[in-house]
Amino acid sequence: MSDLWEGIRQALWLLVTLDADLVEITLRSLRVTLTALVIACAIALPIGALLSVRRFRARRFTIALLNALMGLPPVVVGLIVYVLLSRSGPFGVFGLIFTPTAMIIAQVIIIVPLIASIAHQALRELWSDYHDLLISLNTTQRQRMAALLWDGRRALLTAALAGFGRAIGEVGAIMIVGGNIDHHTRVLTTAIALETGKGDFAMALGLGFVLILMAIAVNLAIHIIGRTEQEGRW
Amino acid sequence: MKSLLTGLWVALATTGTAFAEDLKLAVTTSFQNSGLAEVLLPAIKEDTGLEVQLLVVGTGQAIRLGEAGDVDAVLVHSRAAEEAFVAAGHGTHRREIMYNDFVLIGPAGDPAGIKAAATAADALARISDASAAFVSRGDDSGTHKAEKRLWASANVTPAADWYREAGAGMGAALNIAAGMNAYIMSDRASWLNFGNKADLALLFAGDPVLFNQYAFLPVNPKNHPHVNAKGAEVLEGWLTSDRAQGMIDGYQINGETLFTFNATPAAQ
Amino acid sequence: MSNLFPLTLTGATIRRRGKRLVGPIDLTLQDQGITIVIGPNGAGKTSLLQMMHGIARLSDGDITWGCDLDAARQAQSFVFQQPILLRRSVRDNIAYPLKLRGTPKAKARAQADTAGAQVGLGAMLDRPATFLSGGERQKLAIARAMITKPALLFLDEPCASLDGRATREIEEILQRAAASGTRLIMSTHDMGQARRLADDVLFLLNGHIHDHAPNPQFFDQPQTAEAAAFLNGDIVE
Repeated sequence: MSDLWEGIRQALWLLVTLDADLVEITLRSLRVTLTALVIACAIALPIGALLSVRRFRARRFTIALLNALMGLPPVVVGLIVYVLLSRSGPFGVFGLIFTPTAMIIAQVIIIVPLIASIAHQALRELWSDYHDLLISLNTTQRQRMAALLWDGRRALLTAALAGFGRAIGEVGAIMIVGGNIDHHTRVLTTAIALETGKGDFAMALGLGFVLILMAIAVNLAIHIIGRTEQEGRW
Repeated sequence: MKSLLTGLWVALATTGTAFAEDLKLAVTTSFQNSGLAEVLLPAIKEDTGLEVQLLVVGTGQAIRLGEAGDVDAVLVHSRAAEEAFVAAGHGTHRREIMYNDFVLIGPAGDPAGIKAAATAADALARISDASAAFVSRGDDSGTHKAEKRLWASANVTPAADWYREAGAGMGAALNIAAGMNAYIMSDRASWLNFGNKADLALLFAGDPVLFNQYAFLPVNPKNHPHVNAKGAEVLEGWLTSDRAQGMIDGYQINGETLFTFNATPAAQ
Repeated sequence: MSNLFPLTLTGATIRRRGKRLVGPIDLTLQDQGITIVIGPNGAGKTSLLQMMHGIARLSDGDITWGCDLDAARQAQSFVFQQPILLRRSVRDNIAYPLKLRGTPKAKARAQADTAGAQVGLGAMLDRPATFLSGGERQKLAIARAMITKPALLFLDEPCASLDGRATREIEEILQRAAASGTRLIMSTHDMGQARRLADDVLFLLNGHIHDHAPNPQFFDQPQTAEAAAFLNGDIVE
């Protein structure tokens, strides 16, 4: 219990003094995860829409695969990305291993199935509402996907936030591919793992509280943006 | 005047070092946990302009990273693995830098009575006789390998009912030992820097077999042309310099010296 | 557009899961007036309309237009029994078909404003479509269907759950559309409405066209016992 209070005290202290390392690590966490989120959404949302509007033979299999990949252990993703990006791996020439880019790649792989799956579930319902009308209006597949993505943006925001939550709290994969290098690839979660390893639970908890606060802040910010944009609507 | 000279020296050093600024060095958790890196890295940056990026992993993984060419050099403490690394051509050579020592930690009450042991092997035999809980790193790290060698020298095969392989880094393993109130072998630096000691205490140290030699291994540029070989050379020069000796020998935690510099001044 | 008709159905049939919903239908429709489709529940009115419109896949038979299918599809619209609203404003709902055809946004919105005003939604253009009442929703659906100036408009029981006033307003809209040359094919279960609007009547029973006659004649001198019984309000099977 004393560790917990000490952790809260540390977190407050770090926040109040705007500890330089903390600010740097936090901003890096945000940069890596938000970049990964944007890329993942650009990939996953159209997949979710396509799975909703199009009946193809491998559709059920693809959906099952996505659902299975949602539970993919991040550490496995990390290991695979490491093997691929390692200097002796197939993409080694790009020199990406132990860079923030490698961390972004790992996070994208981890959250694409999650976002696509949630997006598909939300858009499937919208599609069953819209189906007859959009067929009647002779829409192309692209137009159907665009209508679902635009009118379903509220639900898609939830999918994106779920992806953000999973990515920002991820440690196993980015530890392997990022290496937790100070001032280079250290983010909140890997710093927490490091402090825990040192037995400095108070500092680890302090960073943990900062992580939680940040996740809440981002969620609130996105919700507020989402609400003002469609004030008085759905 | 002194600062002017230092400035001049830095300027010379930086102009003489027309290599890429970054250098990736794989080190063991025990080295990182000692806190020595936080003292040395700024000095290295200041003297050579070299930005050393540490990858803190177990010895096994550090060696693998070197083999794959994902780091420019390796600083570890497991002689057999290091020599195999050089012999296989992954590293150009092995340069001893410094040593610290392993210590045996256990419950302050010392149920196995290892405080009275004459040698490290004797201490382990006592733990085995008492079937006292013992946490092993179990991660193929340098510390884990040293621990296995010690068990072998004590002619003991640890039994599963009291021997726990954590599969974790030094800090995590110490956390587990603190939680179970078990015996554990740790490097002295990690132990001194460890914040969650609970009921654990340092019970046995000083046997020369517990000395823990750190060596620097540059990754072979013949295998991996992209590695920063020039930077590794500069770093090796710095680590074996008088300035490094002063900082390493002078580094203390709670008034205790952790590392002993023992590099031979001339290269190889 | 003018060569959309004649619409010809030859043995057109829809079956789903082994059950025949409508057909086989043999029918030719010309380019004038309002055709009203009536018949008991389950007779296949909705299936017939959707089959003609081309959104229900044919199991058998053929449907041909005076022009090729793509042009025919572009020249017709469909209003569903339950209006399907996009989760957008009233204006953006009405403008949507224009947007699909590549009309610039500002122009599409201006046209939508006019079309909305014509059906009495002028004050609600900025509201979310889901805030509308039942009658207003159906007016929105009609305005949206009409915005592309279709040569042919299908309506599937558009007034099924509306009150008298909304029904009258919608009938006025439809009569205006017909007067301006839009061909209407509409199903209803309201015999009064059928009498008021129809130029000709299709009486559907068990998926077959039981009778097809011009307006006063069908109601005044039904040719079959079933049609007479249906008009009489009896249960017809």
